[in-house]
Amino acid sequence: MINFELIIGVIEIVMIATTPLVFASIGELVTEKSGVLNLGIEGIMLVGAVMAFITLVTTGSYIIAFGISLLSGVLMSVLFAFFVLILMSNQIATGLSLTIFGIGLSSMLGKEFIGIPIEGLNPWYLVILSFLIVFLVSYFLNKTKNGLVLRAVGESHTSAHALGYNVILVRFLSIIFGGSMCALAGFYISICYAPMWQEGMTAGRGWIALAIVVFATWKPRNVLIGAYIFGGVTIIQMNLQAIGLRLPAQLFSMAPYVVTLIVLVIISSNQLRIKLSAPASLTIPFYKGR
Amino acid sequence: MNSFIPRLELRDQNSTIMNFMSPVLAIILTLATSAIIFLIMGFNPIQTLYVFFVSPISTLSGLSELLVKAIPLALIGTGLAFCFKNKIYNIGAEGQLTMGAIFGGGVAIYFYDSNAYWLLTMILIAGSIGGVLWALIPAYLKIKFNTNEILTSLMLVYISLYILDYLVVGPWKDPLGFSYPKSRPFSEAGRLPIIFNGYRVHAGLYVMLTLVFLSWFIFSKTLIGFKLKVSGHSSMASRFAGFNQNYLIYLGFGVCGAFAGLAGIMEVSGPIGLLYRDISPNYGFTAIIVAFMGRLHPFGILLSSLIIALTYLGAEDAQLFLQIPSAVGFVFQGLILFYLLGSEILIKYRLKFI
Repeated sequence: MINFELIIGVIEIVMIATTPLVFASIGELVTEKSGVLNLGIEGIMLVGAVMAFITLVTTGSYIIAFGISLLSGVLMSVLFAFFVLILMSNQIATGLSLTIFGIGLSSMLGKEFIGIPIEGLNPWYLVILSFLIVFLVSYFLNKTKNGLVLRAVGESHTSAHALGYNVILVRFLSIIFGGSMCALAGFYISICYAPMWQEGMTAGRGWIALAIVVFATWKPRNVLIGAYIFGGVTIIQMNLQAIGLRLPAQLFSMAPYVVTLIVLVIISSNQLRIKLSAPASLTIPFYKGR
Repeated sequence: MNSFIPRLELRDQNSTIMNFMSPVLAIILTLATSAIIFLIMGFNPIQTLYVFFVSPISTLSGLSELLVKAIPLALIGTGLAFCFKNKIYNIGAEGQLTMGAIFGGGVAIYFYDSNAYWLLTMILIAGSIGGVLWALIPAYLKIKFNTNEILTSLMLVYISLYILDYLVVGPWKDPLGFSYPKSRPFSEAGRLPIIFNGYRVHAGLYVMLTLVFLSWFIFSKTLIGFKLKVSGHSSMASRFAGFNQNYLIYLGFGVCGAFAGLAGIMEVSGPIGLLYRDISPNYGFTAIIVAFMGRLHPFGILLSSLIIALTYLGAEDAQLFLQIPSAVGFVFQGLILFYLLGSEILIKYRLKFI
């Protein structure tokens, strides 16, 4: 007799663990589709998480915490956008500095909020929202004119500009969308998933989200598959650890990173597929000239 | 109407002056921004900046601490230049540092009761080998499977940290260390000697200075340095010239791994003296800032390693004397890199107010 309750229980746990990965990777996917690589995901997530937590502790309102968290994500992305779009700085280095800045800022702001207990928000609202957003993004990119413009900007900004589209504006909005999604992932982690604040609590999820975008070969619906594989691995390793197999716990803890590595290798080894699906203008700055 | 908003105009030639001035500009802007941040936090900005950037190096022991922190930063930063010059983004130096500490530390722990004169050399060599092996994984995956080196080198950071964690709570745990997760202390022969009695700055300084100088020589006087530069500017030109791309990728990762591994083992066999979980306060990541700030030039990197080392010391002092969380050091590091990257635009473009 199959134990249905157990299976449903495991699926529920996997869904709850995977949702922040879905938010972060679908946001990054849109940003990358417009031709911008944002390596600051981890930093934005942390700032979004700490701002949500601080706001919830001080005001007690989930709605305000949600709003402030999103706002902090927007502000972090505006900072990033200003540097990479207006000042045309190196996207990889700028993204890294955004992450370092975010790690520092979040630990600084959250110093006095470590260990404060809060009542967590029911995660299911956001789990459902994550599916909705993936399908909306998929529809937007594939079926609407603006989605086509966004993709065109990411493929060849010179042609898009020649056709009269505002490359900088499209990229600016895509970066903001990506940043808000990362902040949302942060909100989910500190308010729904593990209702608390701890320094560096996103534990590299931002980087895994970047890997998921590659795994998904820049297709929105594949993001769900990728995120759920990684979420599933995380939960399986936790459960195996709990059962008490006679293997070192660290071996299980490193499993998600090892799996990410292996999956990346498998996906990337098909060079043609990566070449055909990656936005052609990714990481190349746009200069309008005179 | 529009005359107040500057326009960008492409320069005919990169500006040499701005090439040197942009780090200076970045530092000035960072200081100004941090003064504002302190003001908002309710501190006297002048006094706080003094605690942050002047008082930590106003004593001899402060200067010694500055060098202790600058040694790994300059060494890794220089190693990263071998990758970054060729536009290879190895951002997993932290993992290569950890692996260096594990390999070298393993030798030190295995020979914990030995006083052989060759022990230290063995430890340092093992450390560099550990770093090289760890760095060659992303290089191999990039060449063989076209895998993005940013992501693979980063995943390897997390994996290396778990391996270190496993070793210090498991097989390498000090039998006399109660329940604290740390290894045996290294024997005296396995420790890097200190240079001045009473201060912590150690012989790793000489190793670092030698390798920085050697790297400068390689970059500016040898064919390898020229190949890296050409390949970074235009991979197509480099291929037409017949330079072996894969060789350059292996070389960049290999050198960077060796330098980071050495930095790790020198940290462990120098000031720390044993293995435990938190051997590095993010040196591997911070060195990325050091490398960019030094404009990928070994001497520039040496200089910027001192400046970034100061943000570490200042953050510690600010926590101690003003109760400002030490994480503010990372905020500064992030800001410096932001301003630096932003001001680089003035190298290629000039501002027009018409």
